[in-house]
Order: sequence, then structure tokens, then C-alpha cells
Amino acid sequence: MKTIATRIRAVLAVIGIGLTLSACGYNTIPTLQEQAKARWSDVQNQYQRRADLIPNLVATVQGYAAQEKSVLTAVVEARAKATQVKVSVDDLTDPAKLKAFQDAQNQLSGALGRLLAVTENYPDLKSNANFLALQSQLEGTENRIAVARRDYIEAVRVYNTSLRTFPTVIWAKLFFTDAKPMAEFTANEGAEKPPVVKF
Amino acid sequence: MGDAPLRTTGAAIAIAVFCTLATFAFAFDFPALTGRVVDQANIMTPQSRADVETKLKDLEDKSSIQLVVATVKSLQGGDIETFANELFRFWKLGEAKKNNGVLFLVAPAEHKVRIEVGYGLEGTLTDALSSVIIQSAVLPRFKANDFSGGIERGVDGIISVLSGDTADWQRKIAVRQDDSSAFYTVFLAIVFFCVFIFVFSFMVRPSGRYVSRNGRTVFVPFPTSGWDGGSSSSGWGGSSGGGFDGGFSGGGGSSGGGGASGSW
Repeated sequence: MKTIATRIRAVLAVIGIGLTLSACGYNTIPTLQEQAKARWSDVQNQYQRRADLIPNLVATVQGYAAQEKSVLTAVVEARAKATQVKVSVDDLTDPAKLKAFQDAQNQLSGALGRLLAVTENYPDLKSNANFLALQSQLEGTENRIAVARRDYIEAVRVYNTSLRTFPTVIWAKLFFTDAKPMAEFTANEGAEKPPVVKF
Repeated sequence: MGDAPLRTTGAAIAIAVFCTLATFAFAFDFPALTGRVVDQANIMTPQSRADVETKLKDLEDKSSIQLVVATVKSLQGGDIETFANELFRFWKLGEAKKNNGVLFLVAPAEHKVRIEVGYGLEGTLTDALSSVIIQSAVLPRFKANDFSGGIERGVDGIISVLSGDTADWQRKIAVRQDDSSAFYTVFLAIVFFCVFIFVFSFMVRPSGRYVSRNGRTVFVPFPTSGWDGGSSSSGWGGSSGGGFDGGFSGGGGSSGGGGASGSW
């Protein structure tokens, strides 16, 4: 009888430990890490989406404003540069790589902003249905980028916090010693602003 | 000493409950989702509020798409894109798996309007179409201070675009699990959970009398999801038609910033 009672007690204790483990930490760090990585994929996805829109935009503008060659070339070049800089999810702990990515994308944002400013001078272009559709798509994409960046920053914040706060810090020190804090986006003011589109 | 393990278990459960409590912080002070039309700014006539409500209910009954109209007194210093996105996520419009919600937000004080589209509908109600609806159907009436008319026309536009997607139009009737199979699933889950805890406890404390009995250790990875509230909420709220209390709530959907904005 005694052994059965002991065993029942042991079972209860084990269930208790199990609950504590699964609720209080062991899962947390890998889960948060994967979440942050997924958010990063979203960010890259949305930037890629913007890059995919640009050839159409350039072609449309070219039809109406071919003389704005320098602005158009700047956009094409910035796009080419931006699509070359990729940051894989394993490089997220490297702030330098993230910064390079961000710089390239900011450059493209700037060039796009100038292009859209130039289009103000072409009434025919501004009333072109194709251009209007592209413009709203571009606006939507910039907004999606903003949302994706916000989600990524939040996911990284939560993940980085988990590496440094109780009780998850225990797991970080014991089991996930290779888990490093991920780099946040450090947006410089102004560059983060999407190109302004006026009607 | 007899009830020491019991106390341990109690403490463990307390810690577990405490640790799983997640707090969500939003930057804004959002109105409650009281219905399909939340007219906080009070710019619609009662008649058109009722009309729009009927249309939205009809849409959800037919397609399970959750379209909600909201007017707010103030954007609280934020831009309408951020405000709309966070409000959308706060209300969790659309079903969790389909993310088929749409938020039509009007901020009369800031003269801004936005159609915020859930992830699942981005392909149908595209940014360009949202923009066209706002520019051609909504803004001309808003400019003439006809808010009820603008909102009605906007809702009509959104519904007509969403209805054009015939493939998804026919509402798929969810196959209900009967009670016995649900019980069986829960039972299996509990058994599996207990087994998993046993195996894990051997891994954590390898020295003990249980190891010799077990013979070999089998690695069982943790379930990464399924224990939190997120996945279980999908069955609720998405369709409020047959709800118990007749109340209306979001179904767990989210949005990634699709849609378009306008100002007048």
C-alpha cells in the first residue's frame, strides 16, 4: 500500500513539474525566437513586394515623363541595390547586416519619394488609371511594410526580454546558451516615412 | 510530510496559471465592439445605422466575412493607418483561420477614412479597389457632409467587390464534431499529455528508480502551440448568428495593413 501512495505522490509531483516547465519557460524562448524570425520574413516579404511593383511604376511614368531620366534611373538603381541585400533569419543577431539592409531600403524609399514628387508635374500621368492603381498599391505596400516592421520590432522586443528576465532567463542560461538577442530596427527619423502621395 | 507533494502541485499550478496569463497592451483607447456598426462619433442617422447593420449581417450570414463600420471621435494623435490596424487587431475581425475581416473606419474630426482589410481578403479587396471605393463612392458624399450616405455607399461598394469573388461566396458549412468524438479527442490529449510529462521528467532527473523500469528514454518534443487560447478561439465568435447571447464579437482574425485610406 505504501508504494502505491508514494507512487501517486510522485505522479502528482511530476505533473506539477511538467506544468511548471511547459508553462513557465522551456517552450518560451524557442517559440519567441521562431515568432521573431517569422516576423522578419514578413518584413522581407513586404519589401520584396514593393520591389516587384517598381518596374511597373517606372514603365508607366516613363510613358509620360521620359525626360525625367535621372530620377527614373535613380529608382531603378536603388531597387537593384535593395534587392541584392538580403538578411537571412540566422543573421538577425548581427546589427551590421540589418543596418545594411535598412540603408539600402531607405535609399529606395528616398528615390521613390523623389519620383512621386516629380509626377506631380504631369497631369496626364496623374489621371492615368494604371498609374492611380499603382499609386494605391504602393501606398498599401508602404503601409504593410510599416505594420510588418512594427510586428518585427515587437516580436524582437519580447524575445530579447525573455532572454534577460525571470523566469525565462533560467532556461536561457541552462539550455539555450546559443540564443543571442536579435537586432532591432533602428529607424532614423524621416527615412522611415513612406513617400508622400498627394492627389 | 504527507501532503507536501500536494502542496507542490498546487504551487506549480498556480505558477503555471500565472505564467500563462498574457497581457496585451494597445497604445490607443479603443471603443468596445458593440455591434457591426460602432458609431462612436455619432455621425450616422439611426435609420442608416440600422440599414447598414442589416447589410453587414446579411454579408456575414452569406459569406462569413466580418465587415464592421466604425466611426471614432478621435484618432488620439495617431495616423489612421496605425489606428485602423490596431483597432482591427483589438477587435479581431474575421475568423481566426481565414482572417476574413474588413474594417471601415471613419474619423470625422481628422477628416480621414480608411478601409482596413484582413490578411485573407487582400486578394479580393485589393488596395487599388479599396482606394477606388473611397475616392469615388465615399469621399464625394463626405465632402458634402453626408456621412450616412457616404458610409452606405462605401459599404455597398465593399460588399459588391467581396460578392464578386464567387468561389468563396457560398458559405462553407462547418462540419460539426459530435460529442462522443470530441470527448475521445480530449481524453486522448490528456493521456498523451501525461505520458509526455512522464518521459520528460525522466529526462530532467535521470537518477531515480523510474529510469531502470523504463529501460530507454524516448524524446518527445514539446507541443509548440495548442495550449494557449489562440487556437481554440477559432470556433467562436466568427459566426455570431447562432450565438447563445446574441452578442457580436470578433472571431480572432488579423490584418497586416492592407487596404487604402483617404481624406477630405
